[in-house]
Order: sequence, then structure tokens, then C-alpha cells
Amino acid sequence: MPDDPTSTEAVLSVRDLKVSFATRQGELRAVDGLSFDVGSKEVLGIVGESGSGKSVAMYSMLGLVRDSNVTISGSVKFEGREILGLGDKEMQSVRGGDVGMIFQDPMTALTPVYTVGWQIVEQIRAHTDLTKAQAKARAVELLGEVGIPNPQRRAGQFPHEFSGGMRQRVVIAMALSCNPRLLIADEPTTALDVTTQAQILDLMEKLQQSYGSSIVIITHDMGVIAEMADRVVVMYAGRPAEIGPELEVVRFPRHPYTWGLLGAVPRVDSKNTRLVTIPGVSVSPLDVPDGCAFAPRCEHRMAICDERPALLGDGEHVDACWLSDAQRVAIRSGSKTSGGRP
Amino acid sequence: MVSFIIRRLISAVLVLFAISVMVFLIFFATPGVDPAARIAGRSASPAVVAAVRASFGLNRPLPIRYLLMMEHLFIKRDLTSYVNPNTPVIPQILRAAPVTLSLVLGAALIWLLIGVLGGVVAAANRGKFIDPLIMFVGIAAVSVPAYWLGEVVNYFTQSRFHSSVFSWVPSSGYVSITTSPVQWALHLVFPWLTLAALYAGIYARVLRAELVNALNEDYVRTARAKGLSERRILVRHALRCSLVALVSLFGLDFGALIGGAALLTEVVMGLPGIGQLTYNALQSLDLPVIMGCVMYAAFFVVFANAVVDVLYALLDPRVRVA
Amino acid sequence: MAALGVVLFVVTACLLAPVYAHDLAHVDAFTSNLNGTIRLNGRTVSVLQANTQGLGFGVTPIGPTWHFTNYFLGADNQGRDVFARLLYGGRATLLIGSTSAIICCLVATVLGLAAGYFGGVIDWVVSRVFDIVWAFPIYLLAISLSVILLTSGLNIGPLHIGAGSLLLPILIIAMVFVPYVGRPLRGIVLSLKEREFVQAAIGSGASDWHIITKEILPNVAPTIIVFLPLMVAFNMLTESALSFLSIGVQPPNASWGTIINDGLGLLYTRPWVAIAPGIGIVLTAGALNVLGDGVRDAFDPKARLRGSI
Repeated sequence: MPDDPTSTEAVLSVRDLKVSFATRQGELRAVDGLSFDVGSKEVLGIVGESGSGKSVAMYSMLGLVRDSNVTISGSVKFEGREILGLGDKEMQSVRGGDVGMIFQDPMTALTPVYTVGWQIVEQIRAHTDLTKAQAKARAVELLGEVGIPNPQRRAGQFPHEFSGGMRQRVVIAMALSCNPRLLIADEPTTALDVTTQAQILDLMEKLQQSYGSSIVIITHDMGVIAEMADRVVVMYAGRPAEIGPELEVVRFPRHPYTWGLLGAVPRVDSKNTRLVTIPGVSVSPLDVPDGCAFAPRCEHRMAICDERPALLGDGEHVDACWLSDAQRVAIRSGSKTSGGRP
Repeated sequence: MVSFIIRRLISAVLVLFAISVMVFLIFFATPGVDPAARIAGRSASPAVVAAVRASFGLNRPLPIRYLLMMEHLFIKRDLTSYVNPNTPVIPQILRAAPVTLSLVLGAALIWLLIGVLGGVVAAANRGKFIDPLIMFVGIAAVSVPAYWLGEVVNYFTQSRFHSSVFSWVPSSGYVSITTSPVQWALHLVFPWLTLAALYAGIYARVLRAELVNALNEDYVRTARAKGLSERRILVRHALRCSLVALVSLFGLDFGALIGGAALLTEVVMGLPGIGQLTYNALQSLDLPVIMGCVMYAAFFVVFANAVVDVLYALLDPRVRVA
Repeated sequence: MAALGVVLFVVTACLLAPVYAHDLAHVDAFTSNLNGTIRLNGRTVSVLQANTQGLGFGVTPIGPTWHFTNYFLGADNQGRDVFARLLYGGRATLLIGSTSAIICCLVATVLGLAAGYFGGVIDWVVSRVFDIVWAFPIYLLAISLSVILLTSGLNIGPLHIGAGSLLLPILIIAMVFVPYVGRPLRGIVLSLKEREFVQAAIGSGASDWHIITKEILPNVAPTIIVFLPLMVAFNMLTESALSFLSIGVQPPNASWGTIINDGLGLLYTRPWVAIAPGIGIVLTAGALNVLGDGVRDAFDPKARLRGSI
């Protein structure tokens, strides 16, 4: 994590983001101290199990969490401008204009009663001064760019006339319609079948290059991270567990939770045919331990894990764990030792 | 779309047939009830009962009787009131229809306006003071018996404050729109409001529930992510999708009301519509008239339902292919 | 909670009707009292007074005295104590509303379970019957049934229900509302049948009876409980409407609907006769509706009900 909190190059700069909900059972801390930067034209992957707060974090910074019981604190800067706490009007020009979004389930993400062309035109007209005809032409052009055959005719069709993969292409076209500087993709391939997943990821990579947008891709799938991301944030129970460049995190994971996540990905080249799973269930966001959130499920927990570990490490690759480097090496090579981080 | 309409019409005809059979069975085949005695009236002589039995073919098998009845109703259209043997039923119904139509159309406009407005305002202000307030008024409106509300309105407009605030209210009755549009409207203002109250309450509550559900849908989140204004999201996306449910409700209610469910309001407000006709027939147990009215009502309900389904298909593109 | 309080209050008051009539007001709510007199402010006043206005024909009952035990709301045109009749009428209205709601829910549950669980021919028949009854305006269906049944009673084989019996309106109202509960129940049973735990029970060879009573019924029960207060409210309103049309509760029995009907002729002189039972209906039906909303929220905040009759 860069030390300079106001990195001017970052498109998106998040500092100590906290999101909590007041519920009858007490305070639900969905996101608890998240900080990261997204550089220009960078693809940042946020990975974690469902309920780890990765989606809530992205939705809350754009004002998409409409719960009256929510409390959001911290700082979110988009191109150097604070957007947390912006008024409705200003936020509306950020959403859809500067920041495009792609959602998990393309089957329900489009309004069923309007044609897809109409829905893209609606967004273009909300952010630009284009006339109806110009916006319509742009919408058709966009549909062609995302690989929808016969875009002129398809623009006049309703969402239910498209397959899941085609619908996700429509959603992507919509997200790109106002040339956003940042694209947030929330599990963009989870609801699709495997071949379509690969096509959508290829499309996103291709478009990212031609549009030059930065991307934040939220996923629980390390495979997607490996394919797309330049850098990775691993989240557990609303807190960042490990942050680093994609290659380093995948090859030399430091946090025991990341070990588990990577072990949970089936690998074709692995000799071990058994799938490794992380023991235990994800902690309830209602009672996250004060210390390390992962400690209750961790095989390597120690007495000191009752205190909350800081994000530390060398350079770009940091993690929040009390294990010493020597212990990690020992664990990774198969033997167990005890003792805290020196 | 054309094949959809044709299929819908065929099923409407089938339902109509089923309803006519049901009406026929209720009136002519209820166990332990002698239809001839019903038609002849409470204190008819055995000779009269026998005559009725013969003229309605009551000693013949049920299917034949059904056909005879339908012939009287729809083909010969010579079904006559049993109380006033010289009054055929069908023209009476046709005369009463415009009154009912005037009442229901006006009331429908009012309740749609108030109901949609109430539902949208309540949904837009969820969690604020005005939402439970509108919903409470809605519950109150739903819980008021329509005929009683009519009487109370009559009491205030015709008696209690008739000499002061409501001196402009004409005495109850009906004036045809072709005679005097102003008098037509004046006579109908309070019947409209009375009838609309109940339905405005229902529609506001249903629409609010639909809107709240719609506002939690993924496509609303997409609309927000597109940077649309809250007002546009509410009206163009959430409301537009919720209207589908409201239209199907409206079809049922409108059909039922035209068909005679406005009976209580008509009776209390002294409007000589289909409901009043049914009511008077009830008082004298004039079975041919009651049956005629019920069949007429069923026709309107089924027809309204068919229209709704076609409208539904226009509003919701997903239905068209199905 | 306030709603539950209102319902309990009305129910208790109506159950205490005989106590009020016999021990407090000393009146008979069901026989006419044309020449009766009462003591009011030390004077003897007749219950029905000769008209002084207009042509002077006919009589006008006394209006509300606002003395709780002494013709509190005045008399009707038979000289009977309106308040005592109000309490007795409430008993009939509540009885019909609640029993018909229970019968309706029972029948709807049986039909909905059978149609949803067994499918096939049973489902086809039940669904078509529901469709047809659904397409029929409720009031007209109830009116048709009432007209036929109320003059001669119901005779099916050994079963005989007299024309004046409260059972007739109860059965009629229960039957016309069956599709309103049965349709959504059938849908719920259909979706429950696809769920893992039911499929597991079917796969492990459990009997139909066991699956229906042990697996499906417990999951349908909350929906039925949510429907119940709303159905009582609907049925009360329907009962009073039918009685108002004099095809519901038959004299000498009284219900809120018949009392409003009685009060129609006195509306401009003694409005309380018609207004008071209406207030009873609004209060009770309103409280039941609020209660129904509360029960629904308690069971499932996202539940959706068809919010109209």
C-alpha cells in the first residue's frame, strides 16, 4: 500500500472506509477499515467469500446503499475529489458518467419493460447533451462494440429476448456508454456458464484497453483474479487481509486466509486431486472478533491473535497477520512452529 | 400479438360458458330447492307453479333446460320479469347500463388518481411520517362499508348541512349526460367520491407494496448506477413496472363494478343502474331479472379480464411471447 | 398492539350483550316495544313519539339519551334499544365473520394442498373452479346463493339447514372467498414441493399423508395465519353488506348490517341508528386489517398479499 495518502495518479483512492448497519442484533460492521488505490488503467481485483463486505464497500462509496440504518465513514477520492457524502445531484453525475457499473446477475439487472436500446439511450442522455438520434446511434455502435451481432435490430428488443451472456454484454455496453474513467464490475461472470465467462472476461480486457478505463473487479473466484487483475485486495469479514500485485499474491500468498482461498481453487496442473477447503464457516459480521477476524478459523492461531494485526509487509505486498516470515516459510514447507511475529 | 388476442378471446368465451353453467346450476339445480317455486314467488298457488314448470321446461333434463334458458336470455331475448310480466329483462338492463357506466367511470378516474398518488408518495417517503399516515388512511378507507359511507354522506349532504355548505347538492337521483352534463356531474359527485374511497385505499396500499418491492429490484440498482435522478427511477422504472400489477387489479375491479358490484352505492345513492335493478329484483325475488343481471355482470367481468390481459401484454413485453 | 386491544375490546363488549341487556339496561333487544316508556330526568317519556312536524302522521323513536343504561343511543322504529341491539348485532357479525373465515381457510387449505401436491387431474379441476369463481363478482355470487338458499334453506340428503339459520350466511360467505386464499396457497405448495426437504422426504419413501402433514403443512401455516385476520375483516364487511340487502342475517336475528338497514328510514331524523353500527364495523375491520399487517410483518417482512377483496 502506498504511504502517500493523496497519490495524485490514483483514479480512486479509498482510505479507512467503514460501513456499518444498525440492526436489532446490534451493530453490523460490513466494512471495517478498508484502504486501497486504483491507478490509471489499472485492474484491481477484490476477492473474498460472500459476505466479506467487498460489494458493500463499492456500493456504499457510490451512494448505492440506501439503507437508513447505515453509517459510512472514511474517505473516498475519485480523481482527487472527495465523493463520500456528496449530494444526490453531484453523485448522479459521478455514477454512470465517471464511474460505470457491471452487475452480477444480468438476468435481473435490466428493466424488463424497456428495449435495451432505450435503456442505453436513457443513460447517455442523462450525462451528455446528445440528441435522441445521436444517442440512439451511439447505443447501436456500443452494442456492436461489445460483440452483439446485428446491433441495429437488437437495440429494439427487450431484455428477455437476450441470453444471459448477451445481456451481460448489454450491461457492459451501458456501463461504457459515457466513457467512464472507472469501471466497477461486481461478480460479472458468476451468473454465467463457463464458456460465456471466458468470453465476457476477454471482452472486458479488450474494452479496457480501447477505452483506457481503470477497473475494479469484485469476485470470489481466484481464477478471475489471475486472468484479469494487476493488483489484488483479499478481504475477510470486512477487513483487508492481504493486498499486493496479482502475481505475488497468487504465487507467494502471505496470509493464511489467502492460502486457503488459493487452495480452494481447483488446479488442472495440481497432482493433489482433492480440493482443499477452508475449515469452519465465515464469521458472522455481527460479531467479528476484536483481534484478527480470521483467527477462529485459522490453523495457525496464536495467543497474540486476540489483538488486531496491522497491514504490514515489504513495499507493495502487505498483509494483516501476526505470523513471522520464518514461521510462514516453515508452515509453507510443511512443518509447524509456534511464537509471534518478532 | 394477434394470435395472443385470439387465444385470449377463445378462453374468455369458455369462461363465460362455464359461468353461465354455474349461474344456471345455482338457480336451477341447487339440491332441495324447487326452482319453479322460486320463480313463481313466495306465495304462489300450485297451478301457477305448474305453469312455470312447464314454460321453463323444468320437467325436462338439465342440459335441455340450460339451452332453453340461454335461448330466452340471448337469442329470443324475451325473458320477462316475473313480477311485471310485461317487462322484458334485456331492455331494462340496457337502460340501466349507462347509469352504472357513468358512476363507475367517474369513480375509477378519481380512485386511480388518488390511489396512484397516495401509493407513490408513500413509497417515496418510506420511513418518514407521511408513509404510515397514508397507509393508515388507506386501511380506514378499506374498512368502511361502502353503503354505510354512502348513507353518512347522504346524511351530511342531504340533511345535516344541506341548508349551509352543501346547498348546491341536488337530491339523489340520476340525470342523463345528454340531458344536462352539469346536472349529470352534480348528481354524481358524491356517489363518485363514495365509491372511489374504498378503491383508492386499496390501490394506494397495493401500489405502495409493489413499489417497495420494485425499488429493491436489481434493475433499480442499475438505474441508480446509471446516474438517473431518484424521481426518474421512481416514475420511469419502479412505477412503470408496478403498473402491470395495478392494471390487472383494475381490470378485475372495474369489470366487477360495471357488472353490478356497485350495487350498494347505487342503492344508497338512488341511482337507477344495474345494481339498483338487481337489488329491486332481489327484494321481490324476481328470478329472471336476477339471472339476467348476473349473466350480464359475468359478461362484463370476463370481457374486462380479457381486455386487461391484452393491456398486460402491451405493458409487459415478457408476456407477449408466452 | 393497539389494534389487538381494539379487537379484544369489541369482542368482549359484544359477548357481554346479554349482561348489558338484562342486568344493566333491562331491555329486550328482539321484541318490539311500541308502547314502551322510559324514565328520563324524572319524567316519563314514551319510546316512540308521535310526529309533530309535517302532517303529523307516524312516530319517531327517541334519540340518544347518552345515559349509558337507559336507551344510550335511542330506540329504533320498533322501540327497541339501539345500543343493546348494537351489541347483539356485533355478536352475529363477529361470529359470522370469524367462523366463515375459519371455514374458508380450512377448505382453501385442503383444496390448495390437494391441487398443489397431487397435481394432475385434481389440480386441473380445482384450478379451473378457482378461476371461474374468481371471475365471478363476489357480491353477485353471494347474492345469487343467498337468494336461492335463504327462502327455503339448504337440503342436501339428510343435511338440513333452516332458512333463518346463521349457518347459511356463514357457509355462503366462506365459499365465495375460498379461491382468494386457495390460489396463493396452491402456488406456495407447488414451490414447496420442489424444495430439497420435501424432495428428500419423497425420495425416502415417506407416505403422502406424512409429507403433507409433517413437511408441507407447517410451512404453509404462517401464510394461513396471515390470511386469517384479513379474511375475518373481509367477511365481516361482506356479511354486513348482504344483511344490509336483507339477504344475510334474517330477522329476528340482528347484525350490524341489518341494523344499518333498519336505520335507513330514520337517517334524517335519528342518524345514530345507522351511524353507530357502521362505526362498529369500521373500528373492528380497521383493527383487524392493521392486525393482519402486523402479523404479516412478524412472519415475513417481504410477504406479498393480494391487498383487496
